[in-house]
Amino acid sequence: MNMDLVVPIIITLIGASTPILIAALGELVVEKSGVLNLGVEGMMLIGAVVAFAVTYTTGNPWLGILLAAAASAAASMIFAFLTLSLSANQVATGLALTIFGTGFSALFGQAYTGKPISIFRSIFPEALATHPLWRLVFGHSPLVYFSLLLVVAVWWFLKKTRAGLILRAVGENDLSAHSIGYSVIGVRYAAVAFGGAMAGIGGSCFPLLLTPQWAERLTAGRGWIALALVVFAAWRPFRLFGGAYLFGLVMTIELYTKASGGTGGVPSEFWAALPYLATIAVLVLISLRRSGHSAAPACLGKPFLPTN
Amino acid sequence: MAIFTRRSVLKIGGASLALPLLGQAVLAQDGPLKIGFVNVGPKDDNGWTFGHWTGAKALEAEFGDKIEITFVETVPEGPDCERVLRELAQQGNKIIFATSFGFGDYVIKVAREFPDVIFEHATGYQRSDNVGTYNARFHEGRAVMGTLAGHLSKTNTIGYIGSFPIPEVVMGINAFTLAARKINPDIKVNVVMLSSWHDPAKEADAARALIDQGADILVQHTDGPAALQVAEERGIVGGFGQGADMSAFAPKSHLSAIIDVWAPHYIQVVNDVMAGTWVSDDSWPGIAAGEVVIGPYNEKIPADVVAAAEAVKNGIVDGTLNPFTGPIVDNAGTERVAAGAVVDDAGLWAMDWYVEGVNA
Repeated sequence: MNMDLVVPIIITLIGASTPILIAALGELVVEKSGVLNLGVEGMMLIGAVVAFAVTYTTGNPWLGILLAAAASAAASMIFAFLTLSLSANQVATGLALTIFGTGFSALFGQAYTGKPISIFRSIFPEALATHPLWRLVFGHSPLVYFSLLLVVAVWWFLKKTRAGLILRAVGENDLSAHSIGYSVIGVRYAAVAFGGAMAGIGGSCFPLLLTPQWAERLTAGRGWIALALVVFAAWRPFRLFGGAYLFGLVMTIELYTKASGGTGGVPSEFWAALPYLATIAVLVLISLRRSGHSAAPACLGKPFLPTN
Repeated sequence: MAIFTRRSVLKIGGASLALPLLGQAVLAQDGPLKIGFVNVGPKDDNGWTFGHWTGAKALEAEFGDKIEITFVETVPEGPDCERVLRELAQQGNKIIFATSFGFGDYVIKVAREFPDVIFEHATGYQRSDNVGTYNARFHEGRAVMGTLAGHLSKTNTIGYIGSFPIPEVVMGINAFTLAARKINPDIKVNVVMLSSWHDPAKEADAARALIDQGADILVQHTDGPAALQVAEERGIVGGFGQGADMSAFAPKSHLSAIIDVWAPHYIQVVNDVMAGTWVSDDSWPGIAAGEVVIGPYNEKIPADVVAAAEAVKNGIVDGTLNPFTGPIVDNAGTERVAAGAVVDDAGLWAMDWYVEGVNA
């Protein structure tokens, strides 16, 4: 593998990592508030099909992203109503949301199968991105810059703001937060809506950034990877960034190695297994470093029933 | 034609509702011959199921009022398909086409319960008295595409995106590579297997990886146009439509396509059943029977190259050319087929080696 390939590989890996990163950051905030929403895959599919449909119809990808976020947030409100207002089981409801999103996107997308749009390109002038290194800085779609800003924004919100502190309090000890007057249900509704919107934007990356088409099940399981990454990252935004890019790197290296015409003596099955081996290795490393207590929010997945 | 998609009811409501699909059973009676189709995907998938939908429409055009078709979409390859097959049989359908590999075990099982119903299973290998199988020789189309690639590649590097290293995919890669290297012996074919039939984002990334490393022509044996779109964006020589004409996605890069046409087989089966002459067998026709069709050639391809591709196609049609004619050497240097010999059908279905020039 020669050095000329380094820049293309980095650009491809950024593309592979971005949708997972955005969706996982949304889920991180949801889980920090004490809610486990397994519907990420379904919401990403809703975001993907809405982003495609709007961009195809209006030619405006910005509007596509906006409406993708709105549609997925609306879908997440079904989940929020069932689990927060009616205290339904979060795991079952989240799975149902994924099944619903898969079906809804397939149904809604029927009219858009077999139609092309163009990729949502860099907003910077092309002249800025002529040198390979400048391409790394200026050559990306706005969605990529958004994902990087989002890492910092989520970190800042959770660590540095009063609202973030309240959200974490609700996730760690809902009864205490309730007893000092915070609306546990209200905070969780807001967190779930944010998670839904981010899943929608993550989903919009598929038609706008990666492969400008609509096809059923376009996200092909990336929502589940986003969910796993939140745990993998021990609910920390910067670690999540590292995890998403590590995943993207492993997947991209696999493709580039196979595409080079030689596997370097390594069987292709090993490359296919590498993402999972990397996951196990990182999980082991995290457990070795952790000092006894779990990093998970204490109220994660538990319904809030103050009267009981 | 009645189209039933369970999606509208099922997926919105939740997965496990055991809804009766097609209403109550109707006794078999005189009247139109009832024909059922069970499909793994939606009819507008722009690929596999669309091909069978087109075949069903051709049946209606051919037989008109004499037949009545029920086309069931998006049936998972699992126990659910057994229920759909059984309901179609109970409803009085006399021929049932099951159009996906994974339906096989259920077709055999349901066929035992309905000896009067004829089942036809696409891409399958299990037959019984009332179960036949059918497929198409897609690799013949690959030989035509390989001829185009051998003439058009400037970097001598072809990128080939595959799903799984199963015989159907392997024989396609080999037929393509043999044809391309007949034109240009320096051609090498770099294969990326994705372990998936449908992951468009990964298909696109694989296409980027191949182009970044010198491929100027892409071939895919996965179901969508993702690789072609990357080819168009990067401005390489081009790629090929898989299963259908995909030129809408890549007008400049779409060199040609292999199009699945099932109509001849479907018409044949219905004629045989009506005449009472149907017997269970394995049908595996190709270009000559019109089941594998070569799509239009891109206008940027020089006339002599088109003529060379057409010559290969015509040779396959009139039987003077077999894509797997020896001498064939595998990519480890062992001679697999002696000069003048050909690979028979059993050999094709057992193919687990790549020809010289394939890097996989």
